[in-house]
Amino acid sequence: MTRVAIIGLGFTPARPTSAHQSYKEMMFEAAQRAYADASIEAAEIQSFVTCAEDLNEGLSIFDEYTPDQLGAALKPMHTLPQDGLHGIADAVMEIRSGLVELVVVEAHSKASNILTLDWIVDYATDPIYNRPLNLNPHYIAGLEMNRFLHVSRVTPEQCAAVVAKNRRNALRNPAAAYAAGLTNEHVLNSPYAFYPLHENELAETVDGCVVLVLASEARARRANSQPIWVRGVGWANAAFSLEARDWAQADYCRVAADIAYKQAGITAPAREIQVFEVDDTYAYKELQHLEALHVFANAGEAGRATEQGATELGGATPVNVSGGALGVGNALEATGLYRAAELVMQLRGQAGPRQVKAAKVGLAQSWRGVPTTSGAVVILSAD
Amino acid sequence: MGYRKVAIVAAGMTKFMRRALETPKELAWQAAQAALDSAEMKLAQIDCVVFGSAPDVFDAVHMKGEYLADGCGGWRKPYLRCYVGGGTGVFAVAQGWLHVASGMFDTCLVVCEEKMSSCLPHPQGAFLTIFDNFTEQPLKPNLLWIFALEQNRYMHTYGITLEEIALVSVKNKRNALGHPCAQLGAELTVKDVLASEVMAWPVHRLMVSPTSDGAAAVVLAAEDVAKRVTDKPVWIEGVGWCIDTTYWTNRDLCYPRYVERAARMAYAMAGIREPRKEINIAEPYDPFAYKELHHLEGLQLAPKGQAPKLLADGVFDRDGDLPASPSGGLLGVGNPIAAAGTMKVCEVFWQLRGEAGARQVPGKPKRAVAQAWGDLMQVGTVVVVGV
Repeated sequence: MTRVAIIGLGFTPARPTSAHQSYKEMMFEAAQRAYADASIEAAEIQSFVTCAEDLNEGLSIFDEYTPDQLGAALKPMHTLPQDGLHGIADAVMEIRSGLVELVVVEAHSKASNILTLDWIVDYATDPIYNRPLNLNPHYIAGLEMNRFLHVSRVTPEQCAAVVAKNRRNALRNPAAAYAAGLTNEHVLNSPYAFYPLHENELAETVDGCVVLVLASEARARRANSQPIWVRGVGWANAAFSLEARDWAQADYCRVAADIAYKQAGITAPAREIQVFEVDDTYAYKELQHLEALHVFANAGEAGRATEQGATELGGATPVNVSGGALGVGNALEATGLYRAAELVMQLRGQAGPRQVKAAKVGLAQSWRGVPTTSGAVVILSAD
Repeated sequence: MGYRKVAIVAAGMTKFMRRALETPKELAWQAAQAALDSAEMKLAQIDCVVFGSAPDVFDAVHMKGEYLADGCGGWRKPYLRCYVGGGTGVFAVAQGWLHVASGMFDTCLVVCEEKMSSCLPHPQGAFLTIFDNFTEQPLKPNLLWIFALEQNRYMHTYGITLEEIALVSVKNKRNALGHPCAQLGAELTVKDVLASEVMAWPVHRLMVSPTSDGAAAVVLAAEDVAKRVTDKPVWIEGVGWCIDTTYWTNRDLCYPRYVERAARMAYAMAGIREPRKEINIAEPYDPFAYKELHHLEGLQLAPKGQAPKLLADGVFDRDGDLPASPSGGLLGVGNPIAAAGTMKVCEVFWQLRGEAGARQVPGKPKRAVAQAWGDLMQVGTVVVVGV
């Protein structure tokens, strides 16, 4: 199978608002940076993928508005209403099939344009069974956290430690929007948003755009930048129906991870992978996902490790040294690409004050938020 | 270079209708199950699922792909929704091809579903939201409005008459009489079409496909699996897609150059040099009567501006030299947006296997092309199949 590498990275820093830029200008800026990083001209690119949801964009068939600012007019291009990591998976398939050699993946967020995001998310719930309840959809996360804590024996303090760690990590990341020196007590003293979920345990939205350039091995060898290899990609959905899902475990993440590990030939993730960028849209999700990713034997162990600092920068298993979604921000469909962007910087050794020592292999994982059970996993390596 | 061989091994669809009582998930599953049953396959044999559907606003379901995942069989499996507006139904099959051709999966279930009837009072209203917020929405455009512009330009550039365009409706609605899933099969004359009310000059009501509910599905398999599950695999020989600039007002609408690019990409893969001679059946996208002609030209199956002449000569009839839309097309079978494109892929699958019943094109056709079109008169998606 043809190997695939990321040869270009460009992004705009995640920010709570971006009044100075339209989404098209934001895409253009990130694309220009990515193309410059890869030392390519837009004309060389053979295929483009953008990850976007209509209702988040405020336009139907958002695909219409994607080509020009990326240089994709009159080229193969399509939209995936999925997370950006699904976009990487798509690009990998396009290259491995032998169809193309150079593919661009883009995702962005203009969350600040959305006046009533929770109402939009409510429209993602089942229109017949759940929407008539007329509840703020984050209640699903509250319910899930309750079940998760009960089954896993993870404590609220351990969830709070995730928030404190990630927002502290974000202090070392100039692209992060919500860096803060919080303590566990701050988090636990913040009001309950959806019991037992505290206000500070929800990632807040940001605006931003990430563009990656992917290439076949032959094309990557000609690139000026250091290629970062895509060793494995996996993605999966579990039960959408609230009434039929597993409320304690992230089975979508486990299925996705197993596919990615198999491709990458990884059997002991905690030993073979040095950097983890894991979905933490809600603090407890980081621990739940670490269990599904087989990084820890179970979530309880992940919780204890977090409390003891093992998932800090400098710990045995650094998780979300970028700040994660809690620190960088929830960038809607671009959230996964911010995780992947961090890995590219880490594996190139360009992560500055938050550089993980001897980082050779990294894993990024995404989840599409409530009410979905959709996740993706990408494993990258420096060689 | 050589690509991994990928075949369509099964196809299935629901009836297309104005208002289905089934939920979107039920429609999707009916089509998926029909496809799986036709090849005596189980969901457990499916490695991954691709889903296609057009605007979320029809159903008022945000992240509609997530909502439909389990209905499509995407449970504890890789599941991906792709979306290129009206071009989705054919593109989803290309997306499925990528899944298998990449070597990452051996089987892929492709499902496209659309439920437009839940959009009240009429789904046309939802289309206001596809236009640019600043420059277009204040004009309150709708699809009839912009396609009337395009039809006018096409007629003006090549001196085409309304009678020539009306013939597409006559042919496709007649073809649909042979389709058990069709919504609007009819025996009509050119006079009937031109006597129907003008929606937006020069578009008449009978030149427009209906709004519909429905779903369609195909199963794709790698060569070794395909040969195990069926004696009659239909190979995907080429896929192509292309998007043109957003700024449709800056383009000459007389010719769909993005369809040409997509077709050339698919033909190059399939090793087709002379499409007019090497393709036996075409299923061009026909949401409006003129679009079939427009697309036949983009697909290089008729010289620019000459498709109406070939149609009048009977070339595109079911027993003609190059049958076009033998299914009955969107004008006859119906237009549940994404599902309509996949219906066209189902049709060429059945035609090449000799299973199209009353619609069967004579002469053992060997190669066919299905095409869809979407966004702001902007996207072409093409799949070439052969036996």
